Amino acid sequence: MATASKPVYDSDRQVSAAAREIREIGRYRYLLGQLVKRDITTRYKRSVLGVAWTMINPLGTMLILSLVFSQLFKTVESYPVYILTGLAVWNFFSQGSNAAIGNLVWGGSLLNRIYIPRTIFGISAIGTALVNLLLTIVPLIIVMLSVHFPVPWTMVLIPIPILFLALFTLGWGLFLSALAVFFPDVAEMYQIVLTAWMYMTPIIYPETMDLPPFVRTFFNYNPMYWMVKLFRVVTYEGRLPAIGEVWPAALWAVGMIIVGWLFFTSKSDEYAYRV
Amino acid sequence: MHTVSETNLSPIQPGTVTADTAIQLDGVSVQYRIPTEKIGTFKEFIIRYMQRKVSFTHFWALNTVDLTVKRGEVFGIIGKNGAGKSTMLKAVSGVLRPTKGRVRVFGHIAPLLELGAGFHPELSGRENVFLNGSLLGYSKPAMEEVYDEIVEFSDLKPFMDAPIRTYSSGMNARLGFAVATAHFPEILIVDEVLSVGDEAFQKKCQDRMKGFQERGTTILIVSHGLNTIQDMCDRVAWLDHGKVRLVGEPEEVIAAYRAENQA
Repeated sequence: MATASKPVYDSDRQVSAAAREIREIGRYRYLLGQLVKRDITTRYKRSVLGVAWTMINPLGTMLILSLVFSQLFKTVESYPVYILTGLAVWNFFSQGSNAAIGNLVWGGSLLNRIYIPRTIFGISAIGTALVNLLLTIVPLIIVMLSVHFPVPWTMVLIPIPILFLALFTLGWGLFLSALAVFFPDVAEMYQIVLTAWMYMTPIIYPETMDLPPFVRTFFNYNPMYWMVKLFRVVTYEGRLPAIGEVWPAALWAVGMIIVGWLFFTSKSDEYAYRV
Repeated sequence: MHTVSETNLSPIQPGTVTADTAIQLDGVSVQYRIPTEKIGTFKEFIIRYMQRKVSFTHFWALNTVDLTVKRGEVFGIIGKNGAGKSTMLKAVSGVLRPTKGRVRVFGHIAPLLELGAGFHPELSGRENVFLNGSLLGYSKPAMEEVYDEIVEFSDLKPFMDAPIRTYSSGMNARLGFAVATAHFPEILIVDEVLSVGDEAFQKKCQDRMKGFQERGTTILIVSHGLNTIQDMCDRVAWLDHGKVRLVGEPEEVIAAYRAENQA
């Protein structure tokens, strides 16, 4: 039993919202696992192939793009591997950030009724995307073997680009979902932004291609350019990344997670009023 | 609903808290900010913001509420729609942070609000028990411990592996109640949910609540059913336009409330 001097909940207790949220996520970590499990199992619950679709989807896209573009981009060695590594990173980013928005809006009715740490929906969205990304590594290796592409030893470094990518996507997803609570249009507008962003990032074309100068300038300021690049260095190019390839990705990851977390938690007391 | 553009709030007196206080509200006010015109799009907001045309109606859903609920008490809240009852439950359970004032809660809260709200239709009954339990903040071992008891109480043993979408609304509510009350709560918050299922199940729910009460749970009930409130509560507060009109014995408060609302 709690004593009179120590309330379990005190609305006056001054802890920074950002720090409190980190502690609360630790307390609700079982819920986090449950939400990821729910997302993965319900998505394919009524389909025959089930979770195999996570692997078939990028394979199908890769196949189509390879058939259409391999003549055009014949300078790119093992184009199917090139495209699949790019798609894995991009799909993680677009799925994760979209699900972060969707989850917060979905969870809105719950946030209005019971206390749950608010960031949990964003984090579980990234968790789900992470599981999907790990599952696409299987078809990636199969494709490498089938086109006689030597599987590079640097693949063991894959957790590093994935960590940066996950932190960046989480920060970005939290930032966007906080905006989407106040302006429902953000979710729709974001689809256009995503399409434009994808074509401004060397996912399906090689970066050595003849590109309009503004696109090339944009590469330097495009966090996804650095995320894709670092991922490809260890999976496709099969070499150790140079310092100049690591720090931009690391900086974007750390910067975005701090900005996103602070922005989201500073607004989080208002969600129950708005959602 | 009434709107108040400007309200004088009395300075908050630090409430005295004794060893048997369960919930303490000191000068709690909750203000909703409703945009005067609906601004739905981001573009529109930016344009209006630049023109300084974003205006809000300020509405006090709770206005300087002082209230003490003692440990082990069954405390009822009555009032008309929009009087601030649900807002008060939200402020107590930590869903809303009060705009002004201070909420202190001495003990862990189990919310019993709209049963089965977190159920996913495609998941089985069993999976939903664990999902719902985790939404209420319980760990996996804590849920495994009470799982059999939940199945028994809700009387749904043959259906636990079927997806929730095949359940009737009564079955949904039974499972929701069983999960929400599976653990002994220090403080239980009940919002209009006692009228679920058939009579036999309602009896079961009430017995369980009485059991909690005997073991010292503090219960906070919001209901429009004045008879339920009168039967169950030790004390009642009448909320009117966000303010506490009267606190006291159930008979007394309900009589006063009825007198005004029938006149």
